[in-house]
Amino acid sequence: MIGAHLPVLVVIIPLFGALLAALSRHPAAAWAIALAAAVASAAVAAALVLQVQAGGPISYRIGGWAPELGIEYRVDAVNSVVLLLVTFMAAASLVYARRSVAAEIAPERAAWFYTMLLLCLAGLLGMAVTGDAFNAFVFLEISSLSTYTLIALGRDRRALVAAYQYLIVGTIGATFYVIGVGLLYLATGTLNLGLIVERLPEVTSPRALLAAEAFIVVGIALKLALFPLHAWLPNAYAYAPSTATAFLASTATKVAVYLLARFLFGVFGFPAASPLPIGPILIALSLAAMFLASGAAVFQNDIKRLLAFSSIGQIGYITLGLALGNHDGVQGAWLHLVNHALMKGAAFLAVGAIVLRAGTCKLDELAGLGRTMPWTASTLTVAGLGLIGVPGTSGFVSKWYLMLGAFDAGMGWLAIAIVASSLVAVLYVGRILEVVWFREPGKRALEATEAPVGMLAPTLLLAGLTIYFGLQASWPAGFAGAAADALLGARP
Amino acid sequence: MSDATLLALALVWPAAVALLVPLFGTRPNLREAATLIGAVLLFATVATLAAHVLAGARPALHLATIAPGLDLALHVDPLGMLYAIVAATLWIANSLYSIGYMRGNDEPRQTPFYAAFAIAIFAAMGLAFAGNLVTLFVFYEVLSLSTYPLVTHKRTPAAMRAGRVYLLTLIGASMVLLLPAIVWTWVVAGTLDFRAGGILGGKLGPTALAILLALFVFGAAKAAVMPLHRWLPAAMVAPTPVSALLHAVAVVKAGVFTILKVVVSVFGIDTLRSTGASDWLVYVAGFTIVAASIVALRADDLKRRLAYSTIGQLSYVVLAAALATPLAILGAALHIAVHAVSKITLFFAAGSVYTTEHVTKVSEMDGIGRRMPWTMGAFAVGALSMIGLPPTAGFLSKWYILGAAGQAANWVAVGVIVVSTVLNAAYFLPILTAAFLRKGKGGPVREAPLPMVVALVSTAAGTILLFIFPGVPFRLAAAIVGG
Repeated sequence: MIGAHLPVLVVIIPLFGALLAALSRHPAAAWAIALAAAVASAAVAAALVLQVQAGGPISYRIGGWAPELGIEYRVDAVNSVVLLLVTFMAAASLVYARRSVAAEIAPERAAWFYTMLLLCLAGLLGMAVTGDAFNAFVFLEISSLSTYTLIALGRDRRALVAAYQYLIVGTIGATFYVIGVGLLYLATGTLNLGLIVERLPEVTSPRALLAAEAFIVVGIALKLALFPLHAWLPNAYAYAPSTATAFLASTATKVAVYLLARFLFGVFGFPAASPLPIGPILIALSLAAMFLASGAAVFQNDIKRLLAFSSIGQIGYITLGLALGNHDGVQGAWLHLVNHALMKGAAFLAVGAIVLRAGTCKLDELAGLGRTMPWTASTLTVAGLGLIGVPGTSGFVSKWYLMLGAFDAGMGWLAIAIVASSLVAVLYVGRILEVVWFREPGKRALEATEAPVGMLAPTLLLAGLTIYFGLQASWPAGFAGAAADALLGARP
Repeated sequence: MSDATLLALALVWPAAVALLVPLFGTRPNLREAATLIGAVLLFATVATLAAHVLAGARPALHLATIAPGLDLALHVDPLGMLYAIVAATLWIANSLYSIGYMRGNDEPRQTPFYAAFAIAIFAAMGLAFAGNLVTLFVFYEVLSLSTYPLVTHKRTPAAMRAGRVYLLTLIGASMVLLLPAIVWTWVVAGTLDFRAGGILGGKLGPTALAILLALFVFGAAKAAVMPLHRWLPAAMVAPTPVSALLHAVAVVKAGVFTILKVVVSVFGIDTLRSTGASDWLVYVAGFTIVAASIVALRADDLKRRLAYSTIGQLSYVVLAAALATPLAILGAALHIAVHAVSKITLFFAAGSVYTTEHVTKVSEMDGIGRRMPWTMGAFAVGALSMIGLPPTAGFLSKWYILGAAGQAANWVAVGVIVVSTVLNAAYFLPILTAAFLRKGKGGPVREAPLPMVVALVSTAAGTILLFIFPGVPFRLAAAIVGG
């Protein structure tokens, strides 16, 4: 009975959790509610993954209305894994959140923090699960508005400016998206992605489609911080509370990537039938992100900002894989979507622990931190090696598939570009590792102690997964392959 | 014990040492005992394996499947066996020497030093026994990463700079060139397994083969083929045992081993010879040999001179690999072992001189042979072997490589070998004459700490014994190409 309603439950649980957390007003109670909601929705997402694996795509009609009139939720090989990833990262961040939030956010605001985190979770899950273009817009706005609040809750006053920046950019992005959806609606008379595709052949004005694709791609590109639309991201990540940064970095941009892939492959028939020459544009922008944004990371002193720039670069790998438009490339993209979420989550969680114990995340003050916080520094090291793509970490496996995709597309030079950009990662990761491990401990390091278990455990788990998926990648490679099949196999 | 178990143990012993050393961090004697016992156990394991391999066994062990097509698997062949036996044997000598050196110079951070060293040996074993290109690449990278803390051991700004050059060159080349080469091989051949006779035969044209070979040769920057050689002299800031590890035990050998392995088991020497895809490499390697020798000639810093000597000697192996005849491969493989034991002797001697007299420059070595007879005697043996004079092992490998060059009627290669022999003599003999014939400040005989002397005398003895009884290395080298 419940099994049939899982697609909607996965969204409703955090939505109601948010309500309860807001009503509770108490930090500890709100935390418990948030954690319970995240774990429950993770369980639902896991069940959905199994259902999809066993029985193929699930179509769920909200309120029993037919797709022409109502809203359809659709879960398949492409988004079930995104749901699992987002809920899992939410649960991991929330386990971690209790100590970190208590240290970074005033007690009277802590309940709001958890409320916003759950709202954001609900919004992201909604974006991933819905099969309705306008419903996706609604959830996009839910996740965005709650994200602005989350960022503004950062203890640094600059967080307000960062949130404001993101608010403006995010609103522009959402507007572009909804204009694109409006054009699609005008052309096809429906908002259901499946029905849009069915009616596309009857569309008489190719210009409407062209414009729709342009608006939607640009709108989503703003949300996923595709170079050069990334300017909002570094400040947002740097000044948001540590928990929020870890959660957002590993989920928000990933869901936006999912939405982009869904529209490109599922609706606009990329790569064969796309009205716009998206492929070459996306490849060029991805390469720019991989080199320029990662290059900017090399010169950051704030580790959070450094990792934020690294994220922009790493998203470039994912969009590059999509742009290749072949099986290996898309498989690599989906693998990296998951792998990067795990390793970047681990990295940001580790940095949050450093902020808690050493009181700063400025690189020049953290000399020798490996001495006093060996576990935290080790997880940061593993995550960093993953970002480089050292064999034995999951980053290597994703890059392997991306390179196969590049060769498959007849672009061997792109394979060299992929690995050459890893060298930039060697530089920025190397800077962190050199300071943390190879310098004599400074004042901050000597005063610091190892992070509390509640924060260390989720960080270690994510770092462990980064290594595990580097040595035993058949499961992630399998579902990424299924996602690639589904995306390239046409219809949503 | 089954072969697979032995194979696993060859990885387990150094890994166990790497885990035990930090546990004994506060008890130096126990810590060093762990290293020495691990080294001896590893040697016993590898020696047993070698006996089986010589009897015709080809042990294999599947470790893990990362993803379809990406397997971590071990497969022993004679070439890998040779490299493993070199690394395992010299680990014993080097550990002995390290104990004397690190204590004699009162070096800080000895626990991380021994731990990182053991990880490097672990990586060398995995590299030696790698059954496919992915496994080789994984352990190659582990070796680069694990030696970084060793190169930067002193943690001074100069050491950190050198470490950056070291890591960026090695990791950079391996990622930008070696990894694409591996992916390309996979796309073309559909497999990454090492097979006798190669996996690329008939799959690529001569030009593409030559480009792929270039990606492999320069990707394995540990082989220090010019212009990717700068990291090796830069890494000279490290303590002497680390230099010995880099130059003899594992690191540069990992580079030439990779090239040799790829030539034999990925390209196949018949494919290379029939397509001429490796002809260009004779010139590059020849240039490296001569240029490095000329730089060595002008270097006053002893370790720098030795470093450039290594760059030249490594390219002997590359040159022989480029000739791609059975005789050349035999000479190349033999040269890996020969150069290792000779060069480690030279570095041990240099470190011993530094520990005792704090001398680092050739111009300060007058008369030092009389004060440190054992050390400089061993140095003389190593130097003769570098030049290629009997009765040292250097003669053997050079003989075969020269023979192969003549047999292939490759007069460029022959000329390079002859010229470089003269140059080698020109930069090694003056050190010997200064040390033994010139008058220095005099004084009583005062040698380095005993463990160091024991280590360097044994490797010097090894250099001579290898000439008289080339036995195991020779048979392994001969077995690489259907001996």
